[in-house]
Amino acid sequence: MRPSPIRLLNILVPVKRAVDYAVKIRVNPQQTGIDTNVKHSMNPFDEIAVEEAVRLRERLKEKVTGITAVTIGPAKASETLRTALALGADQAIHVETQADAPAPEPLGIAKALQKVVERINGGSGQKEPVDLVILGKQAIDDDAGQTGQMLAGLLNWAQATYASKIEVDTEAREATVVREIDGGTEELRCRLPLIVTTDLRLNEPRYASLQNIMKAKKKPMQKLSPADLGVDLAPRIETVKVSEPPKRMGGQKVADVDELVARLREAGITGVA
Amino acid sequence: MLGLRSVAVRRALSRSYASAAAPHALVFLEHTRGVIEPSSLSALSAAQKLGGQVTGLVVGAPGDVEKAVGQAKKLPGLTSVWHASSSQYANIVPEVVSPLLGKLLSDAHPSFTHVVSAHSASARSILPRVAAQLDAPAISDITSLEHNAEANSTTFERPIYAGNAVATVRAPASVPLKFFTVRPTAFTAAAPDEGYEAAVQAVDPVEVTDSPAQHVQYNLTKSDRPDLATASRVVSGGRALKNAETFAATMYPLADVLGAAVGASRAAVDAGYADNSLQVGQTGKVVAPELYMAVGISGAIQHLAGMKDSKLIVAINKDPDAPIFQVADAGLVADLYQAVPELIEKLKK
Repeated sequence: MRPSPIRLLNILVPVKRAVDYAVKIRVNPQQTGIDTNVKHSMNPFDEIAVEEAVRLRERLKEKVTGITAVTIGPAKASETLRTALALGADQAIHVETQADAPAPEPLGIAKALQKVVERINGGSGQKEPVDLVILGKQAIDDDAGQTGQMLAGLLNWAQATYASKIEVDTEAREATVVREIDGGTEELRCRLPLIVTTDLRLNEPRYASLQNIMKAKKKPMQKLSPADLGVDLAPRIETVKVSEPPKRMGGQKVADVDELVARLREAGITGVA
Repeated sequence: MLGLRSVAVRRALSRSYASAAAPHALVFLEHTRGVIEPSSLSALSAAQKLGGQVTGLVVGAPGDVEKAVGQAKKLPGLTSVWHASSSQYANIVPEVVSPLLGKLLSDAHPSFTHVVSAHSASARSILPRVAAQLDAPAISDITSLEHNAEANSTTFERPIYAGNAVATVRAPASVPLKFFTVRPTAFTAAAPDEGYEAAVQAVDPVEVTDSPAQHVQYNLTKSDRPDLATASRVVSGGRALKNAETFAATMYPLADVLGAAVGASRAAVDAGYADNSLQVGQTGKVVAPELYMAVGISGAIQHLAGMKDSKLIVAINKDPDAPIFQVADAGLVADLYQAVPELIEKLKK
C-alpha cells in the first residue's frame, strides 16, 4: 500500500490554547465561566506532545516524514499553532471556530480530529498517512482527559494513555510505551497506527529560540472550518453554571511542635507506632 | 390537521417520558487479582444516587473474577452482578475490553441509561473510548450528582481549572447513555452486607484476537504503607526534602508513627525523591484524607488541586509566606529537619 519500502512515520500533534497554568483563575460574576481576559498559552501536556514528536524525529531522522500540529479553536488559537511550529512542527492545521461559540466537548474535538486524520490519509497530495497521534493527557482548563481515548475509539486504533516513555520501531510498525498508572507503571506494546497521550514525565519541553520563532512564521498553516470537516461541535452536555469552590478557613498558624501535637490530639489524631 | 399532529407529538413525548423513568446504571467494578478496588466502591455509591437499578460488571481472568464476584454480590447497592472471565482479561487493555462493554451496552434490554466507573487510570482510559464508539459524550471526575427521573436528565458537579472552579453540568434526555467517572474521595465507599445476595449472571467475553495493544508488564511500587488514594492519613514531602535519602529518612518515620501513606509534590517527584505514583495534585492523585501533612511543600495551585478537600491540613515550612499556609488548619513555620523529628518523638508519647 505504501509507495516505498522504507517504513516511515507521520505524526499529528493536536494542541489546545488554554489559560496559562500559573494564572489564578476567577469565576465571572454571571457564573457562566471564568474571566478569560488573562494570559493564555499552550496546554502544558500538549507542549510535551510536540516535544516528543520533535525528539522522535531527532532519533529516527528522515524516517519521520512530517509533524503536523492541529488545533480546533477560535482565531487566537493560531498563536498556539505558531508556538508548535516554533518548537519544531513542520506545518499546522487550524480548524477555526467562532469566537463566541461554546467550548466544544472532547467528543466533538475527537470527531474533528478523526476527520483531519482521514482527510490527510485519504488525500492525494500526502505521501504518508498519519500513523501516530500524540496528544496531552488532559487539558488543564476542563480537566476532562478524554480526547485521546475518544479519538482512538473513533478510529479504532491502539491507544497508550499517560505515556512516560515512547520507543517507536518503524520497521516493525510497533511502539513500546511505558505508561503511568495507579501504583506504578505499565509497559505496552502497540501496533501502529497509534494514539498516545502524554504524562508530565515524558520529557521536558524545550524553549523556542528567537530564530525558530521567526522561521515558524513562514511555515504553512492551513485554515479549515468545522463545516469543511463536516462536524458539529455544539456541546451536548449543558453547562448550568460555573462557581467558586467552597472557601477553606485555613491560615491558622501554631507556635511550635507542642502546639501542633496539641492541635492533632484535638482532632483525634495520635501516633499509632 | 394541526391539532391532530400536536396530539401525536404529545403522546410520543409522554411515552418517552414514561419509559425513561427508570435509570439503570452499569458500574465497571475494577479489581486487583479479585479484590475490588475501594475507588470502585465509591463509584457504586455514586451510581446508587441515580435512584434506579445498578448492575455491576466484573471483568478479569478466571479465578480472579469468581473472587471479585463473591465480594460484589454482598454489596446491597448492586441489583445484579454481571461477570465476564477470559484469560485475555488478565491484564486489561482498553482495546480488548472495549468491545465487550460496547456489546453489553448496545444489546441490553431494557437499555442502560448510565455507565459509571471510578476516575482511575485504568477506567478513565477505557470509558471515553467506549463512549465515543457509541457516540456518547462523557463527564469526568464528578464530585456530586442528582438525577431527575421525570426529565431523564442528570446534573453533575465537577472541578475544573485544577479545582479552582466548580462546573455544574447537565446531561439532558437527548443523551440517552450517560457516561461518567467518579472522584472516589467525594463518595463514601459502598459497604458489604453479609446477608445480601445480588443476582449473579455470567456474560460471554467478546474474543479479541490480535489486539493492536498488548500488555507487556507492570512495574508496581511495593509498599507496606496504606494506599495513597484511600489512606485516612497522608504525609507529603516536597522539594525542601533535598534528595531521595533525606526524603526517605524524614518522611517514612513520620508516616510510620501516624500510620499514614506517603505522598509527594511534583517538584519532589520530578527531582527523583519519590516515585511518580506518589504525586499528589492536578496531574497526580487526588486525596481527601482525615489528615494531610505537607512537609516542605510551598503549595502551588496544581498541588492544592489534589489535597485541599482534606479534613485537617497541617503544613510545616520555613517560608512563612508559602501559599500552603493559606489553606492549612495548623501551620508551623519551622525548619522541617528539626520540627519533623521532634514531632515524631512527641507523637510516640
